Amino acid sequence: MPNPTSTPQLQLRQISKRYPGCLANDAIDLSIGRGEIHALLGENGAGKSTLMKIIYGVTQADSGEMLWQGQPVIMRNPAQARQLGIGMVFQHFSLFETLSVAQNIALAMGAAAGSPKQLEAKIREVSRRYGMALEPQRLVHSLSIGERQRVEIVRCLMQDIRLLILDEPTSVLTPQEADELFITLRRLAAEGCSILFISHKLGEVRALCHSATVLRGGRVAGHCVPADCTDRQLAQLMVGDAATLIGDFTKVTGGAAFLQVNGLNWHNPDPFGCSLSDIDLQVRSGEIVGIAGVAGNGQDELLALLSGEQTLHRDTAKTIRFREHAVADQRPDARRKLGLAFVPAERLGHGAVPDMSLADNALLTAFQQGLVSHGLIERGKVEALAQTIIQRFGVKTPDTQTAARSLSGGNLQKFILGREILQQPKLLIAAHPTWGVDVGAAATIHRALIALRDAGAAILVISEDLDELFQISDRLGALCGGRLSALQDTAQTRLSDVGGWMAGQFDTPQSQPATV
Amino acid sequence: MLLSLEPRGRQSRLMLWCSPVLAAVLTLVCGSLLFIALGHDPLKTLHTLLIAPVSDLYGVSELLVKTLPILLCALGLAVAYQARIWNIGAEGQLLLGALAGSALAVNIIDLQSRWALVLILLTGTFAGAAWAGLTAWLRTRFNANEILTSIMLNYIALNLLLFCVHGPLKDPAGFNFPESAMFSDASRLPLLMEDGRAHIGVYFALLALVAVWVLLQKSFVGFQIKVLGLDKRAAGFVGFREKRLIWLALLISGGLAGLAGVCEVTGPIGQLVPQVSPGYGYAAITVAFLGRLNPIGILFSSLLMALLYIGGESAQMTLNLPQAITQLFQGMMLFFLLACDVLILYRPRLNLRWVRRTSTTAVTAGAL
Repeated sequence: MPNPTSTPQLQLRQISKRYPGCLANDAIDLSIGRGEIHALLGENGAGKSTLMKIIYGVTQADSGEMLWQGQPVIMRNPAQARQLGIGMVFQHFSLFETLSVAQNIALAMGAAAGSPKQLEAKIREVSRRYGMALEPQRLVHSLSIGERQRVEIVRCLMQDIRLLILDEPTSVLTPQEADELFITLRRLAAEGCSILFISHKLGEVRALCHSATVLRGGRVAGHCVPADCTDRQLAQLMVGDAATLIGDFTKVTGGAAFLQVNGLNWHNPDPFGCSLSDIDLQVRSGEIVGIAGVAGNGQDELLALLSGEQTLHRDTAKTIRFREHAVADQRPDARRKLGLAFVPAERLGHGAVPDMSLADNALLTAFQQGLVSHGLIERGKVEALAQTIIQRFGVKTPDTQTAARSLSGGNLQKFILGREILQQPKLLIAAHPTWGVDVGAAATIHRALIALRDAGAAILVISEDLDELFQISDRLGALCGGRLSALQDTAQTRLSDVGGWMAGQFDTPQSQPATV
Repeated sequence: MLLSLEPRGRQSRLMLWCSPVLAAVLTLVCGSLLFIALGHDPLKTLHTLLIAPVSDLYGVSELLVKTLPILLCALGLAVAYQARIWNIGAEGQLLLGALAGSALAVNIIDLQSRWALVLILLTGTFAGAAWAGLTAWLRTRFNANEILTSIMLNYIALNLLLFCVHGPLKDPAGFNFPESAMFSDASRLPLLMEDGRAHIGVYFALLALVAVWVLLQKSFVGFQIKVLGLDKRAAGFVGFREKRLIWLALLISGGLAGLAGVCEVTGPIGQLVPQVSPGYGYAAITVAFLGRLNPIGILFSSLLMALLYIGGESAQMTLNLPQAITQLFQGMMLFFLLACDVLILYRPRLNLRWVRRTSTTAVTAGAL
């Protein structure tokens, strides 16, 4: 357990950082004791990333003071931070996929790596000591995401580490993998290493962390001991007002199947991509089906095939059907005519054109709704549609001519979802609908999805956020290695079941005879 | 003291339009310095270069004659560039339009109907489009980079033209000069006014201007072209047909360049000669960007470019300045425009004391 009386490992005093147009960090105080697991909580845009980058020397604070083991220090760059014993595991890994584990680690260590033999022995020793099985000879592209994260962590542990910073480490892990990570982190802390754990998942913060600092809008909203707080209290600190956040939606059984996928196989030409095998899936009108899974297990491929960005040969057109229409060989616009709407995972650059105005982005997918006559765009109608979306879905923006790029993630997601919903789709496919979105916007988005479901649309949600899937979906399944588990009623599903499916523990479901 | 650039966070609308003006002013200032260094009175030289050529009606008609091919090529390029298709081949497409039109013209030299001209113009336009179609085919079929293919096709077009003008199309009664026979009057573009060489091709240019404006600003096809240019994934996500749009953009681009070429041979020149174009197709690239790929902007920038062409010639004649002056001014113009464009996204700031800055500041600000 941390010892509060000794000098803190790291202390921040009045750290401020301004970017043009926003004060990212405003007089932040933070103190991490030796062997303490400290959580940094906050919504997207609360200033967590900036603070972390200041600590790790990626960027410098405008004002304020940093004390390392009681001594003032100016962190100029990450190399200096590493020298002091600070390690960091970023959310997006920085590994070379075509190199082996040992080679990747040697690259980061430079001259300190020693001979390949010594290094391998050391990697084995470190990974054994902290319970992270890792084979130094394996190539990184053959590792799962969880294993890649281990490489990143082991890379930090190879040196004498005093402070380990982890940026949302569990967002890429299955619940079981996350539990294993926690065991490692507790062992590290017991040895005296301090850990700064960045997250917005309240449950795991309560389970793991000794203390927490909550950021809101660039300021410290409060310090607390997570174990003594309820989710509601923590959420209140993060958002300011938690009243509208917690929603319990009734589970329903849908009507006739709208989307039917039977025996869908797809070989991915990308050697590092994921191929799909024997996907069977039915989404009924008036229900929400959720698909869980760790990123990279076939989600992107399945989405591309369902949306029509990837088409199949005409011979296999029947593997995907909207009601009685075989569509697997149809392009996205043809599928949209049959009632499809699609919200892709990437908002900027996929779901919306960053440099175009909101009005133009409304036209982007809604052009089949009478906005074009004789080949010319009806500007007035486009404008009106954009206005309606902005009003109905509470999008915060100065006007319809604002570029999509200048909206916050949550606002843009509300706009995109609104654009799709106003087209009154019969089938809505949404990928990671609330990823990187603040809690308030997430609640709005969930309510909109439920309202669409109750209006009789079939909805498919693919997400990595299990809490979200349990909250909104009526039936659940998971993707693993390009295979889809059988779908099960959410009400009869336990979290551990889904965790097992995400790890591939399911029988390949038998292809069912098609029911039209 | 240190001058630093700060990201604005969003585009400055003011600078979007001020930047070309600023670039023009800087070009004039640097040009003046250059003239002083060469021992010329800068004001007098600039007057000779930019004002004297258009001080009478004949000068204005010459300006129109020079503007026409540049404007037509640049309008076509704007369509392609909006789709981020970097067609550098307007020069070759122009030459092929001239060549094909001439080939038809010398073969129907006895046809006295007005339809002769219509046929020749259509032939030239289609030839230019077909030449650009080669680039489109290589791009959509083999994913060959259109910058390289279109440049290489320029040289093929030029040599094809030289071969024809020295061979099959050479005037048998032309004392072995590398020139075709003069076209019949029925195959020539009628003059716009008694004085000067301006011809009715100006109307084609105005028509093309309106058509391209409607296409890019008002039509749904233009919208698709712009989406394809800005964000290929978004275009795929809604099912816009990428290959079809590439074909369309290149065919329009090539067709307008071909029309420019055939207007040159049926207009001011009247026959096929080796020097149909003094690099109009290349100048049009600068013009298209100078005009912000906007048809109205392109109208003004092509007038400016034509003025530089004429002014360069008269400066050569009256002041003994080298003809390279024209290219120098073109180059400076583009250089300063690109430099000034930095101000659209960044704000200059004068720091009175040295502050340690790293490049990561800009990067993280972008990620925020």
